[in-house]
Parts: sequence; structure tokens; C-alpha cells
Amino acid sequence: MEEVIIERKERKLVIPGEELGEGRAGRGAYYEDGKVFSKLVGLAENRDNLHFVIPLNGIYNPKRGDGIIGKVVDISFSKWIIDINSPYQATLALNEAVDEFVDLNKTDLSKFFNYNDLIFAEIFSMSRTKMIQLSMKDRKCRKLRGGRVVHVTSAKVPRIIGKNGSMVEMIKELTGTQIVVGQNGIVWVKGENEDVAIEAINVIDEKSHMQGLTDHVKTMLTEKMKNRSLVKHVHTEEDADNNKKHSEEEENSY
Amino acid sequence: MRNDGRKFNELRPMEAKIGVLKNAVGSAYFKMGNTIAIAGVFGPREVHPKHDEDAEKAILRTRYNMASFSTETRNRPGPSRRSKEISMVIRNALTPVLFLEDYPKTAIDVYIEVLQADASTRCVSLNAATLALADAGVPMRDFVASCSAGKVGDKIVLDIAGKEDTDGQVDLPVAYYPKKRLLTLIQMDGIVTKDELKTIVSLAKKGCEQIYEVQKKVIKEKYKEVGHNDNS
Repeated sequence: MEEVIIERKERKLVIPGEELGEGRAGRGAYYEDGKVFSKLVGLAENRDNLHFVIPLNGIYNPKRGDGIIGKVVDISFSKWIIDINSPYQATLALNEAVDEFVDLNKTDLSKFFNYNDLIFAEIFSMSRTKMIQLSMKDRKCRKLRGGRVVHVTSAKVPRIIGKNGSMVEMIKELTGTQIVVGQNGIVWVKGENEDVAIEAINVIDEKSHMQGLTDHVKTMLTEKMKNRSLVKHVHTEEDADNNKKHSEEEENSY
Repeated sequence: MRNDGRKFNELRPMEAKIGVLKNAVGSAYFKMGNTIAIAGVFGPREVHPKHDEDAEKAILRTRYNMASFSTETRNRPGPSRRSKEISMVIRNALTPVLFLEDYPKTAIDVYIEVLQADASTRCVSLNAATLALADAGVPMRDFVASCSAGKVGDKIVLDIAGKEDTDGQVDLPVAYYPKKRLLTLIQMDGIVTKDELKTIVSLAKKGCEQIYEVQKKVIKEKYKEVGHNDNS
């Protein structure tokens, strides 16, 4: 019984040209001479004879429903052009971004989102010609103010999020930062200990295949944070001393 | 026995690595005997200049370049007639296996540097480029394996190397699309009879089959760890 479950969970590693069997070809697979083959290096899955391959590498491939982090690169009359870290640019229409009524003759759209602003948005449609439209109607969509940005391989985003968000929640908790993960491989971090969180994210990106990664990251983070609080403590004391001396000197000079 | 002690149907020892360049989306290193090539793939990415764009499929751009220190006498750096031709030949050899239509309006750039040249550089470059493309996640029908065969001292030999290249009678590089058993590249210099040509080509195909196995092994090795404990 147990074995069966394991077998179902374990997905097979395939490379381009590898046979997946008979049936229909889904994402990352192609059909030729009655059989289905893989297009990519990835993990093969089969659901009701529909074969598909989850890629393990490569650039971000936009998909409907993905939550992504994008940057405003252009503003036109009634929409924004957003760079979403893929070969195709996306558009964010005014009505998908703002709830209130906007008089286009009187308002400058940069009032809402200006050049280089970061936003978290959802891909709500993608045409065959790869015209991508974003929406910010969902509650989780918002403008990201301040913070820092890390780029990771988009195939490794599930690792950063972890099972039901376990990994990212842990990093948030231990470092006390705000983190937003975009499916397009852009991670936004904000908070006092940004650098520690970013380090952790880079570790996940590098060692994504490691067993017990969550524990590894956890010990790393706890240690770092412990050192940090110590350093901070010493630092503040020193600072206080310095300030004291400084003010004394100042007093003397007067 | 040949100059370097190989049998007539024996390839040079091969070595391949994947993910050798940090900034490339995908990269590979391929070594056959003393010939070494490194390939980096960038993209699919936006096309510049814009007028090169194709609305229906991605464009593949390749650059084959020999490092100035790759040959015995210094090679003048920069593009030459020869390197431009080989770039084109490599592009044509790769195109049949790629799903360029999956990424319309984009460009896929493949940069190949030959670090050390000891005959069959275009074959080694192609092998490296294929691995780099797979590492970059570019959708492919199959790999392309490539090697050369020819006639040296009236004997038909596989994988021309070193002196055989300059002193040999025939040098015939091929690129092979293993699943369909098709050739995507065939060039030749020298004079042969029809029968000889047939044996040379079939020998080269056998060599490519061996290279194909090496390529498959290398790419599986790199991603092996990932497949087994995936819990995402």
C-alpha cells in the first residue's frame, strides 16, 4: 500500500526526445507517430493519458492565473506596460488596476503607478500571440513600496514557497520581513533583516534539490539572527558610548 | 592503429559538463580529445533589432568563434568568413530539432567559443550547443549529436583528429538527429567514390549514436538529484 503511494508521488525525470507513452500531449510534450515525447528536461506526469512535463530549468513561461511581480516600464493613455521577466511584456489596463472612476482627461496615470514601480498582479489572460493582460482586482494584488528584489529560477519558485507556503512563512517569521514571491521568479523582500532573508532565498535557489532543505534553512537563519541580535546589542552599546563621548567632546569644545 | 593509438572506429575520449556559465540561461562544455568548446544560450528573449522579429516563431542566432589561443599559431580574433559560415551551418543543423514556434517574437542566442582546436571543431561545438539548449529549457524534439569521419591513408576512420585533418584525404562532418535517424548537417572535403562515401557516412552515424548516449547521460546526471525528492 505504502509503495503504491510512493510510486504515484515520484515523478520521472525525462529529457528532450524521451518517450512518455501513448495518449495525448500536454504542456512540455509533443505527439509524433502515435506516441508522446518530452520536449524539455523535467518531471513527467500523466493524468488520464494526458502527458505533461514540469520543466526544471529555463526562463519564466507565463501562464494564466499566475501571480507575478512586474515593473512598470511604460505608461500610455489608459494602460501600463509591465515587464514581467519573460520575453513578452504585459499590459495592465486602467479598469483592471483601479476601482474608482478616473477621468482620463484630467488625471495622469503616473499618480497610481509610476515608472519603475513594482506591482504584484495576476495574469488574467494570455492570447495565442502572447499578448498578456494583467489584473489587480484580486485582494492580494498591490503596489510594492520600498524593499529589495531577488531574481531566482522560475522553476524553483515552488521550493521557495514550500508545502502550503511553509518555507516562505518560516523565513518571514524568523527574519521578521515581508516577502512576496512572484511565479515569474522575482521575490520581493522588505524589512530590517532583508539581507538575511535574501541570503536564505539564494541558498534555496542553489540547493533546491537538497533533502531536508527546510531544516537546513531554519538552522542557518536561527544562527544568523542570533548573531545579529548579539551584534546589534554590542553595536548599540558602543554607539551609546560614542555618542556620550561625542557629546562630551562637544561640550568641552564649547 | 592510428596516430594517437585509436582504432579506426573509435572516438576520442569525451568529457561534458553542464551549467558552466553563471549568467547564461543554459550552458555546456564539451571536450573530445584535444578539441574543447563551450556554449552559452541566452533567451528566449526580446529581439533586437526589432525588424528581425518573426511573429510566428522564435529566431535562432548562433555565433561560432574560435579563441585566438585555440590554435597552434595565433588565430586572428574576430569574425571571419569561416566562422560566419560555421555559425550558419550550426544554426541550420539545430533548427530541425527545436520547437521555435513555441516562442513567437523572440530570439534564442547561442554563443559558442572554441577554446582549443584539434579538428572537428564544428562537431564539438554542435554537441556543446545541444546540451546548452537543453539546459536552457528550450523545447526540443531530440538532441543533435555530431562527429566526423573520413579517409586517412586509404583507410576509413571515425572522428578525425590532429594530423589526420591536415594530412587526410577526406574529412566529412555530420550532425545526426538520432530519433529520426536523419542527418541535419553533412559537409565534405576531399575526393571519394560512391561506395566509400556510404561507408564513411554510416561510420559517422555510429559515432554519433555513441555521442548521443554521452549527452543523455550528462544531462540526466545533472538533474538526477532533483527528480528523486521532489516535494513541491
